[in-house]
Amino acid sequence: MTAGGDLTAVERLAIRTDQDVVRVRQLVRTIAVAGKLSLVDQTKLVTAASELARNTLVYGGGGNVEVGRVENGRRTGIRIVFADQGPGIADLELALTDGYTTGGGLGLGLSGARRLVDEFDIDTAVGRGTTISVTKWCR
Amino acid sequence: MALSTDEVGRFAGLLERGGEALTAAWTDAVATSLRGRLSHAELYRQLAELQKGFQAALAGGVGDLDGDVGAELRAQLSELSNTRARQGFTATETAVSVFALKDAVLAILDQGEGADSTALRDYVGFSGFVDRAGLFTFDSYVRAREELISDQAEQLLELSTPVVKLWEGVVAVPLVGTLDSARAQVVMERLLQTLVDTGSPYAIIDITGVPAVDTQVAQHILKTVVAARLMGADCIISGIRPQIAQTIVALGIEFGDIATKASLADALRHVLRQTDAKASRRAFRREV
Amino acid sequence: MERVPVLKIGDILLVSIQIDMEDQVALQLQEDLADRIVATGCHGVIIDISALDIVDSFVGRTLATIAAVSRVLDAETVVVGMRPAVAITLVELGLSLPGIRTALNVELGMELLASERDPDLDLPDDEDDEVGAVVPAP
Repeated sequence: MTAGGDLTAVERLAIRTDQDVVRVRQLVRTIAVAGKLSLVDQTKLVTAASELARNTLVYGGGGNVEVGRVENGRRTGIRIVFADQGPGIADLELALTDGYTTGGGLGLGLSGARRLVDEFDIDTAVGRGTTISVTKWCR
Repeated sequence: MALSTDEVGRFAGLLERGGEALTAAWTDAVATSLRGRLSHAELYRQLAELQKGFQAALAGGVGDLDGDVGAELRAQLSELSNTRARQGFTATETAVSVFALKDAVLAILDQGEGADSTALRDYVGFSGFVDRAGLFTFDSYVRAREELISDQAEQLLELSTPVVKLWEGVVAVPLVGTLDSARAQVVMERLLQTLVDTGSPYAIIDITGVPAVDTQVAQHILKTVVAARLMGADCIISGIRPQIAQTIVALGIEFGDIATKASLADALRHVLRQTDAKASRRAFRREV
Repeated sequence: MERVPVLKIGDILLVSIQIDMEDQVALQLQEDLADRIVATGCHGVIIDISALDIVDSFVGRTLATIAAVSRVLDAETVVVGMRPAVAITLVELGLSLPGIRTALNVELGMELLASERDPDLDLPDDEDDEVGAVVPAP
């Protein structure tokens, strides 16, 4: 799906409850710190992960996440893959527009999370669920 | 091309038998290339460590530098590269230090059994192994130097972007020189951190020393101001020269409701007027 | 489920968020605050987020709601202690916090609340900035 090497040191979590979203944040934070991301990059990655984890729970009906390290020649980074078997996103273009939200409020949804990471891949179709993969490289 | 199990065993045995004599021979072979910049004793120590490392790896069956099994030896070689890089040796000098092991071993082979075909094949295989180790140090060396250079660049960046506390509740960032993405980032983070550390609700960003402002630079400054506001502090931009003002307008950059002043002094006066006013209001309230 | 404590200090309610809140905990805080404002008749709320290392859209929404609800109950809210990394991330996200006042710390937050409560008489007033500027709505 994305350019760049294989995932190593993978940790998996199920996302079924509110508490799981917190767990995802904690997991990503730990791995980001270990991966020596700068403080601002850590913050961005954990924030993106929090958004996407919540999406998986609320819109995807629950799912799971994989967090691991990636290497691409000289660079190392962190990759997070969210997957759910939910209804899928009907209009992807729309969902990726700034300010779009189905949930009301400060909707930034996917477009916001995308701005916080270096690579953003989404694979979705109605009735097929959604898989989102994000990567942040170490500077 | 990895060494076979037999070769690995023979090689390990050879290093062990060679012992200190081997290390001494190795040290001599290297010493000339380093031209006295490293003391003989220190060099001997370094190479003895490395010899043990080779020995341990080979005794453990490591015939190949790659993969998990070779990790410890690779770590040792990296360590050597890092040290040499910091000490100012060249990459070649570092690699040569490793290559010289071949010479030392050849001397032992010469002394011992006659030059039969096994010994020759062994030596070739062994040579290849040492070559790869030497090249690995070359690679690690380059990486270590690059890290050193980027560290220094960072320090330079820090030194050239001071954030000063100008007054009670006011900090100033006099930007000097060209502002690229990396620098703008550093400046932003340091300014914001200083606001928190000093509890200063006001920041003056002075761009008198910035020769040109393009859209990117303007974006960075704008982001900084918005971030500061989110945190509860406000920014004033000062030192806008006539040409820059024209560029800003021409580029259609909107500074919105961000206060801009011609000089740092004007900006400070502006801020003080406000803090004064607030202080007066507070005093007034207390009296009432 | 954990609950975020709410402290009363004079005419102000102080909330210091020390934990990584589950969404439910944040919603509970919203309710608790509304209850306490009415129960105490306080006119100011300070939410200290200096211990939060991230603020995502949910927390942002919650803060905005708290501010709005408080205002209806005649109390002003100030969010204090936002970390630089959080602010930078919010800017990148494009998430402004509409209608939420902010200040660098609790002390400045209290000053802001105090200056808002009392009308200013006969004193020069500057149009731009207060201590802790109000972030303009998008």
